[in-house]
Amino acid sequence: MIASLAARHSWFEATARARLAGLLDPGSFSEILPPAESTPSPHLALLDLPGAFDDGVVVCYGQLEKKPIFAIAQEGQFMGGAVGEIHGAKIVGMLRRAIEEKPAAVLFLIDSGGVRLHEANAGLIAISEIMRAVLDARAAGVPVLALVGGSCGAFGGMGIVAKLCSAIIISEEGRLALSGPEVIETVAGVEEFDSKDRALVWRVTGGKHRYLMGDCAMLVEDDIAAFRRGAAKFLAGWSEPAPSLAHLRAGQQALENRLAAYASYRDGLQVWAALGVARPESVPLLDRDSLVALKEGLPT
Amino acid sequence: MSLNDILDSLFPAGHTVAVANQVITGEATTAQGTVAVLGTTDAAAIDHAMALALSGFTLDTIEQHPGRPLVYLVDTSGQALSRSQELLCLNGSLAHLAQCVDLARRQGHASLSLVTANAVSGGFLSFGLMADRAYALADAQVRVMDLRAMARVTKIAHERLIELAAGSPIFAPGAESYVRMGAIEAIWPEPSAGLLEEALAAGQVAPVGDLRQSCGAERGGRQLAAGITKTVQNAACGA
Repeated sequence: MIASLAARHSWFEATARARLAGLLDPGSFSEILPPAESTPSPHLALLDLPGAFDDGVVVCYGQLEKKPIFAIAQEGQFMGGAVGEIHGAKIVGMLRRAIEEKPAAVLFLIDSGGVRLHEANAGLIAISEIMRAVLDARAAGVPVLALVGGSCGAFGGMGIVAKLCSAIIISEEGRLALSGPEVIETVAGVEEFDSKDRALVWRVTGGKHRYLMGDCAMLVEDDIAAFRRGAAKFLAGWSEPAPSLAHLRAGQQALENRLAAYASYRDGLQVWAALGVARPESVPLLDRDSLVALKEGLPT
Repeated sequence: MSLNDILDSLFPAGHTVAVANQVITGEATTAQGTVAVLGTTDAAAIDHAMALALSGFTLDTIEQHPGRPLVYLVDTSGQALSRSQELLCLNGSLAHLAQCVDLARRQGHASLSLVTANAVSGGFLSFGLMADRAYALADAQVRVMDLRAMARVTKIAHERLIELAAGSPIFAPGAESYVRMGAIEAIWPEPSAGLLEEALAAGQVAPVGDLRQSCGAERGGRQLAAGITKTVQNAACGA
């Protein structure tokens, strides 16, 4: 077995707790409201569904290269990482705490389909509160960095939350979008979006596409250590800008330009060709380093 | 009720409002002065173009009319469901819109939203729920998903969901649930200039932070969130 492969620890397959264990400095993990001090969702119990003592999200103190950070890690293996009342309130609490304590950053390990339907209203409102709290933390000068590479991706309201963060680090396996392909297929038909066509799903929502388009700042391997290196590298070169009209004006212009140029496209292959990629069909096969080199060589 | 009837009832002193691609932009005269009026109509499924029209008008208002209150009229069936929309990162445009509403607040613009007919998930998140205060007309439909679709996705019997919805604002669709949960300030029996004036007057005092959790706790609809957030904020930490 190749040594580098043997040492690799997949982010995609890991639990939230295993991701945190590999992401933070060894021994620095300190959970707030650990399972022993909390109770599972009574709303799930009412539906005779099994709950989880942490309600599917871990919030903690820790260090990243000796700097104090907060981390929020959603557990995709419990209810698809979906946001219910307790789950959402823990995230809001950590973000508000960050405003007071000003850690070097909040690392937000997103792995979620969005609102937990069994607690639909509580989940939707919690996501709105998370959106406001992310922006409040950033306005207080605390970077909020989204890490996306889990089996549930970042969908629904959590896709919006991811895009409200300072930046997104994503793996090739990561997916970022609003509506899931299954939902679009159910409502609009298989001709609109065939959710079983995995290659197509990745060309529309996957990490490589989001990175090539500039929606994600960094593409990393599906490896916990790679996410750790990426987060440290990003934060070392980042200072959180104050919210400003000029900044959002520039964002508005970029989004308008992009819509005008690409509105009729329906496949990543078309967008990549328009971005100047000579052989778009080769993109799905490229390894991470080659793709990053390709992106850095594109005309801007 | 037609959009024009709603506008005439809300702004009897006059309004100049354009509607293009289901997006409302314009201004109106009130006792509190001129307000910006914007939003969506006819159960708009929010796509990139709509989100960018709303964010652009919000930025124009911040730039050209410092402090002018923003009134968002919400009628959205959610987000547009299409592959081409997702290809260009629809969640990114919705996040951009939310950020523009948030910037307006930071720059001293009072904002309120009024759900005139429908408010569903992503569309509601991106602007209606970003305003300082949200209101809804009595017959408005506010929800994540209707119970029949929810039954299909969660694999819980429709009858069981109806039974539980009767006693639980946590997942019962409807504006009343959102009032009890703290996300909607009040339900208006009809579009009314008087109620709007009151809301605008209340909006002159900027809310101190996001108070929806404590409001939901006081109204008894959301009994856990406020306490858990506070516990997380104040918990001693061994590290």
